[in-house]
Amino acid sequence: MKLTTEQQRMLDGGYGRATQKAMEILVALGTIYGAAQMVSVASVQVSGVSYDNLGEAGLHWLSAMADGGGRTRVLTTLNPAGMDIENWRALGISEEFAQNQLRVIDAFARMNVITSCTCTPYLAGNAPHFGQHLAWAESSAVCYANSVIGARTNREGGPSALAAALTGVTPEYGLHLEARRRPAITFDVEAALDETSDFGALGVVIGQRLERFKDKPVPYLRGIERASVEQLKSFCASVATYGGAALFHMAGVTPEADRYAPPDDTIVITQADLDHAQQSLTSAASDAADFVSLGCPHLSIGEIARIAELLDGRRVTKEFWITTARATKQIADQMGYTRIIEAAGAKFAADTCCVVAPIKGRFKALVTDSAKACYYAAGKNKFKTVIKPFDEVVLSAVK
Amino acid sequence: MFSVTSVVDWPEIVMKLQGRKIYQGTAAAEALVTSMGISFFGGVDPDTGLVVEPGHELAGQSISGKVLVFPTGKGSTVGSYTLYRLKLNGRAPAAIINAECETITAVGCIIAEIPCVDQIPIEQLVTGQLLIVDGAQGTVEVRA
Repeated sequence: MKLTTEQQRMLDGGYGRATQKAMEILVALGTIYGAAQMVSVASVQVSGVSYDNLGEAGLHWLSAMADGGGRTRVLTTLNPAGMDIENWRALGISEEFAQNQLRVIDAFARMNVITSCTCTPYLAGNAPHFGQHLAWAESSAVCYANSVIGARTNREGGPSALAAALTGVTPEYGLHLEARRRPAITFDVEAALDETSDFGALGVVIGQRLERFKDKPVPYLRGIERASVEQLKSFCASVATYGGAALFHMAGVTPEADRYAPPDDTIVITQADLDHAQQSLTSAASDAADFVSLGCPHLSIGEIARIAELLDGRRVTKEFWITTARATKQIADQMGYTRIIEAAGAKFAADTCCVVAPIKGRFKALVTDSAKACYYAAGKNKFKTVIKPFDEVVLSAVK
Repeated sequence: MFSVTSVVDWPEIVMKLQGRKIYQGTAAAEALVTSMGISFFGGVDPDTGLVVEPGHELAGQSISGKVLVFPTGKGSTVGSYTLYRLKLNGRAPAAIINAECETITAVGCIIAEIPCVDQIPIEQLVTGQLLIVDGAQGTVEVRA
Protein backbone atom coordinates (compact mmCIF):
# COMPACT_ATOMS: atom_id res chain seq x y z
CA MET A 1 0.00 0.00 0.00
CA LYS A 2 1.16 3.50 -0.79
CA LEU A 3 1.29 5.67 2.36
CA THR A 4 1.87 9.39 2.66
CA THR A 5 4.76 10.63 4.78
CA GLU A 6 2.39 11.40 7.64
CA GLN A 7 0.63 8.03 7.41
CA GLN A 8 4.03 6.29 7.44
CA ARG A 9 4.99 8.30 10.50
CA MET A 10 1.81 7.15 12.24
CA LEU A 11 2.71 3.55 11.36
CA ASP A 12 6.23 4.02 12.68
CA GLY A 13 4.98 5.25 16.04
CA GLY A 14 5.71 8.96 15.61
CA TYR A 15 2.24 9.87 16.89
CA GLY A 16 2.21 7.49 19.83
CA ARG A 17 1.25 3.90 20.53
CA ALA A 18 -2.51 4.13 19.97
CA THR A 19 -2.21 5.89 16.60
CA GLN A 20 0.40 3.33 15.56
CA LYS A 21 -1.90 0.45 16.49
CA ALA A 22 -4.72 2.13 14.58
CA MET A 23 -2.58 2.49 11.46
CA GLU A 24 -1.42 -1.13 11.75
CA ILE A 25 -5.07 -2.21 11.62
CA LEU A 26 -5.82 -0.04 8.58
CA VAL A 27 -2.71 -1.12 6.66
CA ALA A 28 -3.48 -4.79 7.32
CA LEU A 29 -7.07 -4.37 6.08
CA GLY A 30 -5.87 -2.38 3.07
CA THR A 31 -3.40 -5.15 2.28
CA ILE A 32 -5.97 -7.92 2.61
CA TYR A 33 -8.55 -6.17 0.44
CA GLY A 34 -6.13 -4.77 -2.12
CA ALA A 35 -6.40 -1.04 -1.42
CA ALA A 36 -3.88 1.09 -3.32
CA GLN A 37 -3.95 3.91 -0.79
CA MET A 38 -5.76 5.48 2.16
CA VAL A 39 -8.62 7.93 1.72
CA SER A 40 -9.52 10.74 4.17
CA VAL A 41 -12.84 10.28 5.95
CA ALA A 42 -15.32 13.05 6.78
CA SER A 43 -16.67 11.28 9.85
CA VAL A 44 -16.65 8.05 11.83
CA GLN A 45 -19.33 6.08 13.68
CA VAL A 46 -17.91 3.61 16.21
CA SER A 47 -19.72 0.45 17.33
CA GLY A 48 -18.92 -1.98 20.13
CA VAL A 49 -20.09 0.11 23.07
CA SER A 50 -22.38 -2.07 25.16
CA TYR A 51 -20.45 -3.75 27.97
CA ASP A 52 -22.75 -6.72 27.34
CA ASN A 53 -21.00 -7.27 23.98
CA LEU A 54 -17.51 -5.92 24.75
CA GLY A 55 -16.82 -7.65 28.04
CA GLU A 56 -13.74 -6.95 30.13
CA ALA A 57 -11.34 -7.65 27.24
CA GLY A 58 -12.96 -5.06 24.99
CA LEU A 59 -12.95 -2.49 27.79
CA HIS A 60 -9.29 -3.30 28.47
CA TRP A 61 -8.36 -2.64 24.84
CA LEU A 62 -10.31 0.64 24.65
CA SER A 63 -8.67 1.82 27.88
CA ALA A 64 -5.24 0.91 26.49
CA MET A 65 -5.98 2.95 23.35
CA ALA A 66 -7.06 5.95 25.45
CA ASP A 67 -4.02 5.56 27.73
CA GLY A 68 -1.82 5.24 24.64
CA GLY A 69 -2.74 8.76 23.59
CA GLY A 70 -5.44 7.90 21.06
CA ARG A 71 -7.41 11.03 20.10
CA THR A 72 -9.90 11.44 17.25
CA ARG A 73 -8.85 13.41 14.17
CA VAL A 74 -12.34 13.67 12.63
CA LEU A 75 -15.93 13.94 13.83
CA THR A 76 -16.58 10.64 15.60
CA THR A 77 -19.87 9.55 17.13
CA LEU A 78 -20.79 6.46 19.11
CA ASN A 79 -23.24 3.57 18.89
CA PRO A 80 -25.79 2.82 21.65
CA ALA A 81 -24.58 1.66 25.05
CA GLY A 82 -26.09 -1.11 27.16
CA MET A 83 -28.13 1.31 29.24
CA ASP A 84 -29.57 4.80 29.57
CA ILE A 85 -26.58 6.69 30.97
CA GLU A 86 -28.77 8.72 33.37
CA ASN A 87 -31.86 6.65 33.91
CA TRP A 88 -30.43 3.10 34.12
CA ARG A 89 -31.86 2.24 37.55
CA ALA A 90 -35.44 2.69 36.35
CA LEU A 91 -34.73 0.22 33.54
CA GLY A 92 -33.62 -2.49 35.98
CA ILE A 93 -29.89 -2.38 35.11
CA SER A 94 -27.57 -3.68 37.84
CA GLU A 95 -25.11 -1.42 39.68
CA GLU A 96 -22.20 -3.61 38.55
CA PHE A 97 -23.16 -3.44 34.87
CA ALA A 98 -23.68 0.32 35.12
CA GLN A 99 -20.22 0.89 36.57
CA ASN A 100 -18.59 -1.17 33.81
CA GLN A 101 -20.64 0.56 31.13
CA LEU A 102 -19.60 3.97 32.46
CA ARG A 103 -15.92 2.89 32.25
CA VAL A 104 -16.46 2.09 28.56
CA ILE A 105 -18.07 5.49 27.93
CA ASP A 106 -15.22 7.16 29.82
CA ALA A 107 -12.58 5.45 27.65
CA PHE A 108 -14.30 6.71 24.50
CA ALA A 109 -14.72 10.22 25.94
CA ARG A 110 -11.00 10.34 26.77
CA MET A 111 -10.30 9.75 23.06
CA ASN A 112 -12.62 12.70 22.25
CA VAL A 113 -15.27 10.44 20.74
CA ILE A 114 -18.63 12.22 20.99
CA THR A 115 -20.58 9.88 23.25
CA SER A 116 -23.84 10.33 21.34
CA CYS A 117 -24.77 6.68 21.95
CA THR A 118 -27.09 6.33 18.99
CA CYS A 119 -27.47 4.06 15.96
CA THR A 120 -28.94 6.98 13.98
CA PRO A 121 -25.97 9.40 13.90
CA TYR A 122 -27.52 11.02 10.82
CA LEU A 123 -30.34 12.27 13.09
CA ALA A 124 -28.00 13.47 15.84
CA GLY A 125 -25.18 15.64 14.57
CA ASN A 126 -23.23 13.29 12.30
CA ALA A 127 -24.95 14.08 9.01
CA PRO A 128 -22.64 13.53 6.02
CA HIS A 129 -23.44 14.64 2.50
CA PHE A 130 -23.42 13.00 -0.92
CA GLY A 131 -20.14 11.46 -2.05
CA GLN A 132 -18.20 11.88 1.20
CA HIS A 133 -15.96 9.04 2.35
CA LEU A 134 -16.77 7.74 5.84
CA ALA A 135 -15.72 4.93 8.14
CA TRP A 136 -18.92 3.88 9.84
CA ALA A 137 -19.76 0.84 11.88
CA GLU A 138 -23.39 -0.01 12.83
CA SER A 139 -24.85 -1.93 9.92
CA SER A 140 -28.13 0.01 9.71
CA ALA A 141 -26.36 3.38 9.64
CA VAL A 142 -23.83 2.11 7.08
CA CYS A 143 -26.69 1.08 4.80
CA TYR A 144 -28.43 4.44 5.33
CA ALA A 145 -25.27 6.49 4.69
CA ASN A 146 -24.41 4.62 1.49
CA SER A 147 -27.89 4.24 0.07
CA VAL A 148 -30.05 7.14 1.25
CA ILE A 149 -27.32 9.80 1.52
CA GLY A 150 -24.96 8.53 -1.19
CA ALA A 151 -21.89 8.80 1.05
CA ARG A 152 -19.31 6.00 0.85
CA THR A 153 -18.39 3.63 3.63
CA ASN A 154 -17.55 -0.01 4.08
CA ARG A 155 -19.21 -1.93 6.87
CA GLU A 156 -16.63 -1.36 9.60
CA GLY A 157 -16.30 -3.20 12.89
CA GLY A 158 -15.65 -1.45 16.21
CA PRO A 159 -11.82 -1.55 16.12
CA SER A 160 -11.46 -0.63 12.42
CA ALA A 161 -13.84 2.33 12.83
CA LEU A 162 -11.93 3.52 15.88
CA ALA A 163 -8.69 3.12 13.91
CA ALA A 164 -10.10 5.44 11.23
CA ALA A 165 -11.14 7.94 13.91
CA LEU A 166 -7.63 8.10 15.39
CA THR A 167 -5.92 8.51 12.01
CA GLY A 168 -8.57 10.30 9.92
CA VAL A 169 -8.24 7.79 7.08
CA THR A 170 -9.49 4.40 5.89
CA PRO A 171 -8.16 2.06 3.18
CA GLU A 172 -9.70 2.75 -0.22
CA TYR A 173 -11.44 -0.48 -1.23
CA GLY A 174 -14.95 -1.90 -1.46
CA LEU A 175 -17.77 0.65 -1.40
CA HIS A 176 -15.34 3.57 -1.58
CA LEU A 177 -14.85 2.59 -5.23
CA GLU A 178 -17.42 3.51 -7.88
CA ALA A 179 -17.22 0.07 -9.52
CA ARG A 180 -18.30 -1.70 -6.32
CA ARG A 181 -21.48 0.38 -6.01
CA ARG A 182 -22.97 -0.86 -9.28
CA PRO A 183 -26.25 -2.80 -8.81
CA ALA A 184 -26.36 -6.39 -10.06
CA ILE A 185 -29.91 -7.51 -9.34
CA THR A 186 -33.30 -5.86 -9.69
CA PHE A 187 -36.13 -6.32 -7.20
CA ASP A 188 -39.55 -5.36 -8.57
CA VAL A 189 -41.66 -4.56 -5.52
CA GLU A 190 -45.33 -5.30 -6.18
CA ALA A 191 -46.55 -5.05 -2.59
CA ALA A 192 -48.20 -2.29 -0.58
CA LEU A 193 -45.74 -0.50 1.69
CA ASP A 194 -47.38 1.85 4.16
CA GLU A 195 -45.88 1.20 7.57
CA THR A 196 -42.34 1.07 8.97
CA SER A 197 -43.11 -2.58 9.73
CA ASP A 198 -43.87 -3.17 6.01
CA PHE A 199 -40.47 -1.77 5.07
CA GLY A 200 -38.91 -3.98 7.74
CA ALA A 201 -40.63 -7.03 6.24
CA LEU A 202 -39.39 -5.99 2.78
CA GLY A 203 -35.86 -5.94 4.20
CA VAL A 204 -36.36 -9.50 5.44
CA VAL A 205 -37.55 -10.72 2.03
CA ILE A 206 -34.76 -9.02 0.07
CA GLY A 207 -32.11 -9.78 2.69
CA GLN A 208 -32.92 -13.49 2.67
CA ARG A 209 -32.73 -13.54 -1.15
CA LEU A 210 -29.33 -11.81 -1.07
CA GLU A 211 -28.04 -14.37 1.44
CA ARG A 212 -28.33 -17.05 -1.26
CA PHE A 213 -25.59 -15.44 -3.35
CA LYS A 214 -21.92 -16.20 -2.67
CA ASP A 215 -20.88 -12.69 -3.72
CA LYS A 216 -23.78 -10.55 -2.62
CA PRO A 217 -25.03 -8.30 -5.42
CA VAL A 218 -25.98 -4.66 -4.78
CA PRO A 219 -29.79 -4.61 -5.06
CA TYR A 220 -31.73 -2.18 -7.25
CA LEU A 221 -35.34 -1.69 -6.11
CA ARG A 222 -38.19 -0.58 -8.36
CA GLY A 223 -41.84 0.09 -7.63
CA ILE A 224 -41.53 2.22 -4.48
CA GLU A 225 -42.65 5.74 -5.30
CA ARG A 226 -41.76 7.43 -2.03
CA ALA A 227 -40.41 6.57 1.38
CA SER A 228 -39.98 8.62 4.57
CA VAL A 229 -36.79 8.84 6.59
CA GLU A 230 -38.42 6.56 9.17
CA GLN A 231 -39.43 3.97 6.57
CA LEU A 232 -35.95 4.03 5.03
CA LYS A 233 -34.20 3.60 8.38
CA SER A 234 -36.46 0.63 9.09
CA PHE A 235 -35.64 -0.92 5.71
CA CYS A 236 -31.90 -0.26 6.09
CA ALA A 237 -31.80 -1.92 9.51
CA SER A 238 -33.69 -4.94 8.23
CA VAL A 239 -31.89 -5.54 4.92
CA ALA A 240 -28.53 -5.14 6.71
CA THR A 241 -29.54 -7.59 9.46
CA TYR A 242 -31.09 -10.26 7.27
CA GLY A 243 -28.93 -9.86 4.17
CA GLY A 244 -25.72 -8.13 5.21
CA ALA A 245 -26.50 -5.40 2.67
CA ALA A 246 -24.44 -2.22 2.99
CA LEU A 247 -25.89 -0.50 -0.09
CA PHE A 248 -29.04 -0.54 -2.20
CA HIS A 249 -30.44 1.72 -4.86
CA MET A 250 -34.15 2.61 -4.93
CA ALA A 251 -35.42 4.15 -8.17
CA GLY A 252 -36.98 7.57 -7.57
CA VAL A 253 -35.85 7.65 -3.94
CA THR A 254 -32.08 7.24 -3.47
CA PRO A 255 -29.57 9.58 -5.13
CA GLU A 256 -27.38 7.14 -7.09
CA ALA A 257 -30.24 5.09 -8.59
CA ASP A 258 -30.42 7.25 -11.74
CA ARG A 259 -26.80 6.47 -12.58
CA TYR A 260 -27.66 2.90 -13.43
CA ALA A 261 -30.03 0.99 -15.66
CA PRO A 262 -31.94 -1.69 -13.76
CA PRO A 263 -29.96 -4.97 -13.94
CA ASP A 264 -31.58 -7.63 -16.18
CA ASP A 265 -31.58 -10.28 -13.46
CA THR A 266 -34.93 -9.57 -11.79
CA ILE A 267 -36.84 -10.90 -8.78
CA VAL A 268 -40.48 -9.92 -8.17
CA ILE A 269 -41.55 -9.30 -4.56
CA THR A 270 -45.26 -9.91 -4.06
CA GLN A 271 -47.73 -9.10 -1.29
CA ALA A 272 -47.64 -12.80 -0.37
CA ASP A 273 -43.85 -12.60 0.15
CA LEU A 274 -44.33 -9.63 2.47
CA ASP A 275 -47.19 -11.26 4.39
CA HIS A 276 -45.11 -14.40 4.82
CA ALA A 277 -42.20 -12.37 6.23
CA GLN A 278 -44.52 -10.61 8.70
CA GLN A 279 -45.86 -13.97 9.84
CA SER A 280 -42.34 -15.35 10.26
CA LEU A 281 -41.55 -12.46 12.63
CA THR A 282 -44.57 -13.18 14.80
CA SER A 283 -44.13 -16.13 17.16
CA ALA A 284 -46.54 -15.16 19.95
CA ALA A 285 -50.07 -13.87 20.40
CA SER A 286 -50.15 -10.13 21.00
CA ASP A 287 -51.93 -10.68 24.35
CA ALA A 288 -49.05 -12.84 25.58
CA ALA A 289 -46.50 -10.03 25.14
CA ASP A 290 -45.07 -8.47 28.30
CA PHE A 291 -42.61 -6.07 26.64
CA VAL A 292 -43.24 -3.31 24.13
CA SER A 293 -40.40 -1.42 22.47
CA LEU A 294 -40.14 1.19 19.73
CA GLY A 295 -36.89 2.67 18.50
CA CYS A 296 -34.88 0.13 16.51
CA PRO A 297 -33.24 2.04 14.89
CA HIS A 298 -33.56 4.96 17.32
CA LEU A 299 -36.75 7.00 16.98
CA SER A 300 -36.93 10.32 15.16
CA ILE A 301 -38.55 13.28 16.90
CA GLY A 302 -41.53 12.87 14.56
CA GLU A 303 -42.08 9.33 15.78
CA ILE A 304 -41.88 10.44 19.42
CA ALA A 305 -44.45 13.16 18.75
CA ARG A 306 -46.77 10.48 17.37
CA ILE A 307 -46.33 8.30 20.48
CA ALA A 308 -47.19 11.30 22.70
CA GLU A 309 -50.30 11.94 20.64
CA LEU A 310 -51.43 8.33 21.00
CA LEU A 311 -50.61 8.02 24.72
CA ASP A 312 -52.02 11.37 25.84
CA GLY A 313 -54.36 10.72 28.80
CA ARG A 314 -53.90 6.93 28.69
CA ARG A 315 -52.10 4.40 30.89
CA VAL A 316 -49.81 1.66 29.63
CA THR A 317 -50.17 -1.77 31.19
CA LYS A 318 -46.92 -3.34 29.97
CA GLU A 319 -43.22 -2.52 30.23
CA PHE A 320 -42.82 -0.06 27.33
CA TRP A 321 -39.38 1.20 26.28
CA ILE A 322 -38.94 4.13 23.92
CA THR A 323 -35.36 4.07 22.65
CA THR A 324 -33.78 7.09 21.05
CA ALA A 325 -30.73 9.34 20.98
CA ARG A 326 -30.36 11.58 24.02
CA ALA A 327 -30.23 14.57 21.67
CA THR A 328 -33.64 13.60 20.26
CA LYS A 329 -35.05 13.02 23.74
CA GLN A 330 -33.98 16.51 24.73
CA ILE A 331 -36.17 17.93 21.96
CA ALA A 332 -38.99 15.72 23.25
CA ASP A 333 -38.39 17.14 26.76
CA GLN A 334 -38.60 20.65 25.38
CA MET A 335 -41.81 19.94 23.49
CA GLY A 336 -43.55 18.30 26.47
CA TYR A 337 -43.72 14.87 24.74
CA THR A 338 -41.60 13.29 27.47
CA ARG A 339 -44.01 14.44 30.19
CA ILE A 340 -47.03 13.01 28.35
CA ILE A 341 -45.31 9.71 27.60
CA GLU A 342 -43.94 9.25 31.12
CA ALA A 343 -47.31 10.22 32.64
CA ALA A 344 -48.77 7.30 30.71
CA GLY A 345 -46.24 5.01 32.34
CA ALA A 346 -43.96 4.37 29.34
CA LYS A 347 -40.21 4.69 29.85
CA PHE A 348 -37.58 6.50 27.85
CA ALA A 349 -34.44 4.47 27.33
CA ALA A 350 -32.09 6.99 25.74
CA ASP A 351 -28.51 5.99 24.76
CA THR A 352 -29.50 2.31 24.44
CA CYS A 353 -31.90 -0.09 22.75
CA CYS A 354 -33.44 -3.51 23.22
CA VAL A 355 -30.73 -5.07 21.01
CA VAL A 356 -27.72 -4.12 23.17
CA ALA A 357 -29.19 -3.78 26.69
CA PRO A 358 -28.49 -6.75 29.03
CA ILE A 359 -32.07 -8.07 29.07
CA LYS A 360 -31.61 -11.70 28.00
CA GLY A 361 -34.48 -13.80 29.33
CA ARG A 362 -36.05 -10.90 31.21
CA PHE A 363 -39.27 -10.87 29.17
CA LYS A 364 -41.37 -13.52 27.47
CA ALA A 365 -42.48 -11.74 24.31
CA LEU A 366 -41.74 -8.42 22.58
CA VAL A 367 -44.10 -6.29 20.50
CA THR A 368 -42.31 -3.97 18.08
CA ASP A 369 -42.52 -2.46 14.59
CA SER A 370 -38.89 -3.43 13.88
CA ALA A 371 -37.79 -6.51 11.95
CA LYS A 372 -34.23 -6.01 13.23
CA ALA A 373 -35.45 -5.93 16.84
CA CYS A 374 -37.29 -9.23 16.23
CA TYR A 375 -34.06 -10.85 15.00
CA TYR A 376 -32.07 -10.00 18.11
CA ALA A 377 -34.97 -10.49 20.51
CA ALA A 378 -35.35 -14.06 19.29
CA GLY A 379 -31.68 -14.91 18.80
CA LYS A 380 -29.82 -13.08 21.55
CA ASN A 381 -32.47 -12.45 24.20
CA LYS A 382 -34.64 -15.57 23.77
CA PHE A 383 -37.95 -13.67 23.56
CA LYS A 384 -40.89 -14.50 21.36
CA THR A 385 -41.79 -11.65 19.01
CA VAL A 386 -44.80 -9.86 17.52
CA ILE A 387 -44.39 -7.35 14.67
CA LYS A 388 -47.12 -4.74 14.17
CA PRO A 389 -47.52 -1.33 12.54
CA PHE A 390 -46.20 1.57 14.66
CA ASP A 391 -49.54 2.89 15.96
CA GLU A 392 -50.76 -0.60 16.82
CA VAL A 393 -47.60 -1.24 18.81
CA VAL A 394 -48.31 1.83 20.94
CA LEU A 395 -51.97 0.86 21.39
CA SER A 396 -51.03 -2.73 22.32
CA ALA A 397 -49.26 -1.29 25.37
CA VAL A 398 -52.41 0.37 26.73
CA LYS A 399 -54.70 -2.64 26.41
CA MET B 1 6.34 -21.19 23.61
CA PHE B 2 9.82 -22.44 22.70
CA SER B 3 12.79 -20.28 23.57
CA VAL B 4 15.09 -19.06 20.80
CA THR B 5 17.91 -21.39 21.87
CA SER B 6 15.73 -24.43 21.56
CA VAL B 7 14.95 -23.52 17.94
CA VAL B 8 18.64 -23.95 17.11
CA ASP B 9 18.34 -27.56 18.23
CA TRP B 10 15.36 -28.20 15.98
CA PRO B 11 15.58 -30.37 12.87
CA GLU B 12 16.75 -28.69 9.69
CA ILE B 13 14.40 -26.80 7.44
CA VAL B 14 12.22 -29.15 5.43
CA MET B 15 10.33 -26.46 3.57
CA LYS B 16 10.10 -22.68 3.56
CA LEU B 17 6.84 -21.07 2.47
CA GLN B 18 6.51 -17.42 1.47
CA GLY B 19 3.21 -15.73 2.27
CA ARG B 20 2.04 -12.25 3.16
CA LYS B 21 2.55 -10.26 6.35
CA ILE B 22 -0.61 -9.58 8.34
CA TYR B 23 1.02 -8.89 11.70
CA GLN B 24 4.64 -8.89 12.76
CA GLY B 25 6.38 -11.00 15.38
CA THR B 26 8.04 -14.39 15.40
CA ALA B 27 6.94 -17.66 16.90
CA ALA B 28 8.25 -21.20 16.95
CA ALA B 29 5.74 -23.84 17.94
CA GLU B 30 3.83 -26.93 16.95
CA ALA B 31 1.24 -26.66 14.18
CA LEU B 32 -2.44 -27.28 14.84
CA VAL B 33 -4.06 -27.57 11.42
CA THR B 34 -7.70 -27.60 10.37
CA SER B 35 -9.35 -27.41 6.97
CA MET B 36 -12.40 -25.74 8.59
CA GLY B 37 -12.97 -22.04 9.21
CA ILE B 38 -12.83 -20.77 12.79
CA SER B 39 -15.29 -18.49 14.55
CA PHE B 40 -13.44 -17.18 17.59
CA PHE B 41 -16.56 -15.63 19.13
CA GLY B 42 -18.60 -18.55 20.38
CA GLY B 43 -16.27 -21.09 18.76
CA VAL B 44 -13.30 -20.85 21.15
CA ASP B 45 -13.50 -20.62 24.94
CA PRO B 46 -11.53 -17.45 25.83
CA ASP B 47 -10.71 -18.74 29.31
CA THR B 48 -9.36 -22.16 28.35
CA GLY B 49 -8.32 -21.83 24.70
CA LEU B 50 -10.37 -24.93 23.83
CA VAL B 51 -12.33 -25.12 20.58
CA VAL B 52 -15.96 -25.48 21.63
CA GLU B 53 -17.83 -25.19 18.33
CA PRO B 54 -19.99 -28.33 18.02
CA GLY B 55 -19.02 -30.42 15.02
CA HIS B 56 -15.70 -28.63 14.46
CA GLU B 57 -12.83 -31.01 13.67
CA LEU B 58 -10.75 -29.31 16.39
CA ALA B 59 -13.55 -29.50 18.99
CA GLY B 60 -12.11 -30.20 22.44
CA GLN B 61 -8.52 -29.31 21.39
CA SER B 62 -6.53 -26.38 22.77
CA ILE B 63 -5.21 -23.67 20.43
CA SER B 64 -3.05 -22.21 23.22
CA GLY B 65 0.63 -21.90 22.36
CA LYS B 66 0.14 -23.54 18.95
CA VAL B 67 0.68 -22.20 15.46
CA LEU B 68 -2.99 -22.30 14.51
CA VAL B 69 -3.47 -23.03 10.81
CA PHE B 70 -6.92 -22.62 9.21
CA PRO B 71 -8.30 -21.42 5.86
CA THR B 72 -10.08 -18.25 7.01
CA GLY B 73 -12.03 -16.72 9.89
CA LYS B 74 -15.81 -16.54 10.08
CA GLY B 75 -18.61 -15.38 12.38
CA SER B 76 -19.11 -12.28 14.52
CA THR B 77 -16.68 -9.35 14.46
CA VAL B 78 -16.64 -9.59 18.27
CA GLY B 79 -14.26 -12.50 17.60
CA SER B 80 -11.38 -10.00 17.39
CA TYR B 81 -11.88 -9.31 21.08
CA THR B 82 -11.93 -13.07 21.79
CA LEU B 83 -8.33 -13.26 20.50
CA TYR B 84 -7.44 -10.31 22.72
CA ARG B 85 -9.08 -12.01 25.70
CA LEU B 86 -7.18 -15.26 25.01
CA LYS B 87 -3.96 -13.22 25.04
CA LEU B 88 -4.82 -11.54 28.35
CA ASN B 89 -5.56 -14.98 29.79
CA GLY B 90 -2.29 -16.46 28.51
CA ARG B 91 -4.27 -18.81 26.24
CA ALA B 92 -3.62 -17.30 22.80
CA PRO B 93 -2.13 -19.23 19.90
CA ALA B 94 1.60 -18.54 19.35
CA ALA B 95 0.88 -17.52 15.75
CA ILE B 96 -1.84 -17.79 13.12
CA ILE B 97 -1.49 -18.94 9.51
CA ASN B 98 -4.39 -18.55 7.06
CA ALA B 99 -4.95 -19.30 3.42
CA GLU B 100 -6.84 -15.99 3.19
CA CYS B 101 -7.02 -13.72 6.22
CA GLU B 102 -10.14 -11.58 6.82
CA THR B 103 -11.03 -8.65 9.06
CA ILE B 104 -11.92 -10.51 12.28
CA THR B 105 -8.70 -12.51 12.49
CA ALA B 106 -6.48 -9.67 11.22
CA VAL B 107 -7.83 -7.13 13.71
CA GLY B 108 -7.71 -9.72 16.49
CA CYS B 109 -4.05 -10.54 15.78
CA ILE B 110 -3.09 -6.87 15.66
CA ILE B 111 -4.78 -5.89 18.92
CA ALA B 112 -3.59 -9.07 20.67
CA GLU B 113 -0.12 -8.89 19.06
CA ILE B 114 -0.17 -12.40 17.63
CA PRO B 115 2.10 -12.96 14.60
CA CYS B 116 -0.04 -13.64 11.54
CA VAL B 117 0.75 -14.66 7.95
CA ASP B 118 -1.62 -15.51 5.10
CA GLN B 119 -1.52 -16.64 1.45
CA ILE B 120 0.21 -19.84 2.58
CA PRO B 121 -0.69 -23.17 0.88
CA ILE B 122 -1.97 -24.59 4.16
CA GLU B 123 -2.74 -28.01 2.67
CA GLN B 124 1.05 -28.57 2.84
CA LEU B 125 1.02 -28.21 6.64
CA VAL B 126 0.23 -31.00 9.09
CA THR B 127 -0.65 -30.99 12.77
CA GLY B 128 2.39 -31.68 14.93
CA GLN B 129 4.96 -30.17 12.55
CA LEU B 130 7.36 -27.71 14.16
CA LEU B 131 6.89 -24.33 12.49
CA ILE B 132 8.76 -21.05 12.67
CA VAL B 133 6.58 -18.10 11.69
CA ASP B 134 8.07 -14.72 10.87
CA GLY B 135 5.17 -12.29 10.64
CA ALA B 136 7.18 -9.34 9.36
CA GLN B 137 8.69 -11.38 6.51
CA GLY B 138 5.50 -13.34 5.87
CA THR B 139 7.39 -16.62 6.00
CA VAL B 140 6.76 -20.05 7.49
CA GLU B 141 9.58 -22.57 7.98
CA VAL B 142 8.68 -26.22 8.43
CA ARG B 143 11.26 -27.90 10.63
CA ALA B 144 9.98 -31.47 10.81
